[in-house]
Amino acid sequence: MTSPAIETENLRKEFGSKVAVADLTLRVEQGEIFGFLGPNGAGKTTSIKMLLGLTQPTSGNGFLLGQPLGDPATRSRVGFLPEHFRFHEWLTAAEFLNLHGRLYGMSAAARAEAIPDLLELVGLGERAETRLAAFSKGMLQRIGLAQALLNNPGLVFLDEPTSGLDPLGRRLVRTIIAGLRDEGTTVFLNSHFLSEIELTCDRVAFIRDGRVLRVAPLEELEQESLRVRLRVGSPTPELLAGLARFGSEPVQDERSGVITLHLTSEETLPEMVRWLVDAGHALYELSPQRLSLEERFIQIVGEDVTEG
Amino acid sequence: MKTLWTMTTLTIREAQRRRILWVGLFAAIAFLAIFALGYHYVLVEIEAEMSDSAGGLGFDPITAFSTFLVIAGLYVVHFLGIALAALLSAGTLSGEIETHTIETLLTKPVRRWQIVMGKWAGFVIIILVYMTVMTAGILLIARLRSGLVLSNVYSGLALVFLSALTMLSVTMLGGTRLSTLANGAMAFTLFGLAFLGGWIEQIGAVLRNEVAVDVGIVSSLINPADALWRRAILIWRSGDTGLDLPGPFIVLSEPSTLMTQYAIFYAVVLLALALWSFTRRDL
Repeated sequence: MTSPAIETENLRKEFGSKVAVADLTLRVEQGEIFGFLGPNGAGKTTSIKMLLGLTQPTSGNGFLLGQPLGDPATRSRVGFLPEHFRFHEWLTAAEFLNLHGRLYGMSAAARAEAIPDLLELVGLGERAETRLAAFSKGMLQRIGLAQALLNNPGLVFLDEPTSGLDPLGRRLVRTIIAGLRDEGTTVFLNSHFLSEIELTCDRVAFIRDGRVLRVAPLEELEQESLRVRLRVGSPTPELLAGLARFGSEPVQDERSGVITLHLTSEETLPEMVRWLVDAGHALYELSPQRLSLEERFIQIVGEDVTEG
Repeated sequence: MKTLWTMTTLTIREAQRRRILWVGLFAAIAFLAIFALGYHYVLVEIEAEMSDSAGGLGFDPITAFSTFLVIAGLYVVHFLGIALAALLSAGTLSGEIETHTIETLLTKPVRRWQIVMGKWAGFVIIILVYMTVMTAGILLIARLRSGLVLSNVYSGLALVFLSALTMLSVTMLGGTRLSTLANGAMAFTLFGLAFLGGWIEQIGAVLRNEVAVDVGIVSSLINPADALWRRAILIWRSGDTGLDLPGPFIVLSEPSTLMTQYAIFYAVVLLALALWSFTRRDL
């Protein structure tokens, strides 16, 4: 019954002859914390701008909260913290939130209620009367985040929300996102801090060259890729060739003799061990390691650079 | 309507916070003080001369010089109004696009034209208040000192205001596509063109050279500021038999009433184009 928070079909954006986004086809369910990952120049910012109606797609279509992209009324339920958080710096923090609350169409009473709470939430309760010109980068980003949450949105776009923050600030943002999850708010998060994505997101999309390469829940990404370190007595070329059947091409460290290879699923691990033992190899060490999201990112985004 | 008003008050508050209003007020007071002093001493001189000679000049020198000085003062107000319109608004869209400030505004449940119109209305209020204070000051000084009252003063002033509004439309439109600097440069180039075209037209009229007059008319079509100014002088000086000192205060080639209508059309169409251009623009 409920429409997805974001749904796009073949969204495409060309700037002259340059294709910024080739094909964005995505579906984000309500209540999800969705990570949007890709290298610089992958088309992430253009994608977000199309979703928010700042940029008109060349072709394709999309819906936010069930309404077509660019519908002004829908934007009253959408919050946005842009990557470049420059605001009217001659306003005080409270005035800034008041302005954006008015633009959201909030009543004076609703604004008076929400603004002090939000200032507290982002740790700027004491700075309500300070002009933004006197704010540090991190404080601007936090007031920008408060702005994105003014109207209790159902969907929030956070474009690099922690780029200007210190570790404490980043932790604050994680806490806020967790709070949004509890309230059932959908969060569309674009970040270069993959460790943060790992801590906060339910699902992630990898995009490169303006195309979605892969969309997957985080657990799936964790389970499907395993790195295995092996130490085997007197390894032979036959051993290396045999191991290659179970995953990626094994690599042997010349000094220590340690062999490393990647398996595509956990299930192959016992098989591989059985084969090793049956073949009479002396197995001294076998340690499976889960890949970090960063390593998976490099695998997924970095492979087949010529494709697409 | 609420969004519009929010943007209008924001625009006025920006001018106030950036101290534009205070600097403007201070400059206006300084200008009026100098005008009052200069005006007073010129009249003192003329009054002394008049008591010596028996008159017979064919015109009343006090009225003639008063009119000339008042119109010179109003010319400065005209120019400052245009400059204020250009300086205030040249960066309002382009600047916020360049700094990305505009992104958090436009992702609210607002329409883009509301943002542009709200800012425009704010600028109109600031420009009108500024020009009203300046003209009221000049006219009041003249009236108190010499009793001079320009004929049809309000209809002439309406044209001077309209002139500033045509410039505002130019820079609002430019700001939707150009950088702040390019927009400002374009605005002042257009004003320079109108000024020069106006002179060429006047000289053409003296020499009875129709090509020169046509050049002037074309330049007035590109930017009607100067034509509006000359039409304002025409209105103020209708029926006065003052002397014609050379300068931007003479009208030999008369702009038609059609030019006034054209200027209104120009201001409205350029503003509409600004709304259209900004609505279609990718950010």
